[in-house]
Amino acid sequence: MSTFSMDHDPSAPHSMGTTIIGVTYNGGVVLGADSRTSTGMYVANRASDKITQLTDNVYVCRSGSAADSQIVSDYVRYFLNQHTIQLGQPATVKVAANLVRLLSYQNKNMLQTGLIVGGWDKYEGGQIYSVPLGGTILRQPFTIGGSGSSYLYGFFDQAWKEGMSKDEAEKLVVKAVSLAIARDGASGGVIRTVIINAEGVTRNFYSGESLPLWHEEIEPRNSLLDILSSSSPEPMSM
Amino acid sequence: MAKVMADAPQKGGFSFDLCRRNEMLVKKGIQLPGFRKTGTTIVGLIFLDGVILGADTRATEGPIVADKNCEKIHYMAPNIYCCGAGTAADTEAVTDMVSSQLQLHRYSTGRESRVVTALTLLKSHLFSYQGYVSAALVLGGVDVTGPHLHTVYPHGSTDTLPFATMGSGSLAAMAVFESKYKEGLTREEGIQLVCEAICSGIFNDLGSGSNVDVCVITKGKTEYLRNHQLPNPRTYISKRGYSFAKGHTEVLSTKIIPLKVVEVAEADAMEE
Repeated sequence: MSTFSMDHDPSAPHSMGTTIIGVTYNGGVVLGADSRTSTGMYVANRASDKITQLTDNVYVCRSGSAADSQIVSDYVRYFLNQHTIQLGQPATVKVAANLVRLLSYQNKNMLQTGLIVGGWDKYEGGQIYSVPLGGTILRQPFTIGGSGSSYLYGFFDQAWKEGMSKDEAEKLVVKAVSLAIARDGASGGVIRTVIINAEGVTRNFYSGESLPLWHEEIEPRNSLLDILSSSSPEPMSM
Repeated sequence: MAKVMADAPQKGGFSFDLCRRNEMLVKKGIQLPGFRKTGTTIVGLIFLDGVILGADTRATEGPIVADKNCEKIHYMAPNIYCCGAGTAADTEAVTDMVSSQLQLHRYSTGRESRVVTALTLLKSHLFSYQGYVSAALVLGGVDVTGPHLHTVYPHGSTDTLPFATMGSGSLAAMAVFESKYKEGLTREEGIQLVCEAICSGIFNDLGSGSNVDVCVITKGKTEYLRNHQLPNPRTYISKRGYSFAKGHTEVLSTKIIPLKVVEVAEADAMEE
C-alpha cells in the first residue's frame, strides 16, 4: 500500500499553467510571461521560454498544452519564413496573427492552446492580437492570458493607460506578472519580457529574487535555521 | 494538420477510432493489457566541453523486474545519443526510426547530424500520435553549433535545459541536480554528478535499479561507458562455483537420426 500518492504521471499532457501578457504603448509592444511548465503537481521546467519568435518583428506568447502551442508556433514560423521569401519583405503582424488563427480555428477539436501574437510593422505600428481557445482573433490595445490572467483583469482595468511610454508599459507588465505569480500556483519562476518597436527587439529577464514582495510574502532566506535563530521568542513563558 | 471530418471517413492520415474505443472500454471498467514500461531514471547535463547522459538499467513489467541490466541510452548518430523512459517498445522503436532517418539524411547531405534535426523528427512523430506513443526522452549531443540537451515528452512538447531528468526517478535525480549542478563542470565532476543523480533514482525509486550507464559526448568524440558503476553486486556466490568439468554429466546413450533428402519439384506455388 502506498502511504502517499504522488501526482506525477509523465504521460499526462504537459501543460503550461501560465500568465502571459501583451501590451501596446506609443511606439511598440511589450510581451511578458512567467516561466513555469508543469505536469500535474510537478514543475517540469522552472525556466521555460514561453515567448517564441515567429519572425524578426513578430513574437508569440504561448499558453495551454505545451505540445500544441509548440506545434502551432512551429508551423506558423515555417509559413511566415516562406511568406517572407516570396514577398521579399517582412511579414506583417496581421498576417502572422491570421495564420495563428487559421491553424487554431481549423484544428480547434485537436488543440488546447491560447496564444497572444505581438509585433511591430511599418504599416500599422505595434499591434497585439489575442487568439484564445476556440480560434477567434481579437485585436486589442492590451490582453492577458493563461490561468494567472483571472487575477489580473481588475488590475489592468485600473492600471492600463492609453499612450504609455516604453518603460511605463514594461513596468506594468512585470508588476502584473509578479502579482499573478504571487496568487496563481500554476505560474512561477522568472519573468521574461520582449519589447518590439521600430528600433528592433529587446529581451529582458527578471529573476525570482528581483520581483517585488506582495501581501504576506516573506524575504527569501538561506535556511530555516536562520529564521528560527533570528528572533528567538520566549518558549512557553508564564 | 488534417481537418477532422465528422461524417465522411478520413482519406489517409491517422485514425484514432480504436483509441477512442479503448478509452470508452476503460471507462466501462475493462482492464486493458499492459506493456513493458521501464520505470526509469534517466538524466543529462551540459558540462564544460559537451554533454553527459546517464541511465539506470532496470526494466519492469508491473511489479516484476523483467531485465536487470538493460540498455536505456540509445544511439541516434555518432554525435547524438538519447535516453528513453516509458514503454520500452516505443522508446526503442522511435529512437531506431529517427536514427535511421538521420543516417539517410547524412548520406544525402554529407554533413554531421544536428541535435535539433533529431529533436524535430522525434517531436513531430510523437505529436502525430497524440501521446499514445509513450516515449519520454532525454536527447543530448554535440554538433557544429555546440552542445545541446533537450527533453521530449510523449505528447510532443520539448524543453531545452542545462540539466534534465526524466522517468519515475526524475524527482529523486532532479533533487540532486538542483542542489549540486553548476555551470562549467569538468568531465570528472560531470560524470560524478550524473552517477549521483542516477544512484538517487536507483536507491529511492522502486521503478529504477541495478547499474549506472553513462555516455559522454564531446566535440568529435563519444564514449559509451556501459555499466560505469555497479552499486548492486550479487551478494551470494556459491563456494563451489558455477563451472562444471567436462564429463560431469554421464552420457547414457546416443542416437543420431539422419535427415531425409526430399526432392521438391519447382512449381508456381505463388500463383492461384
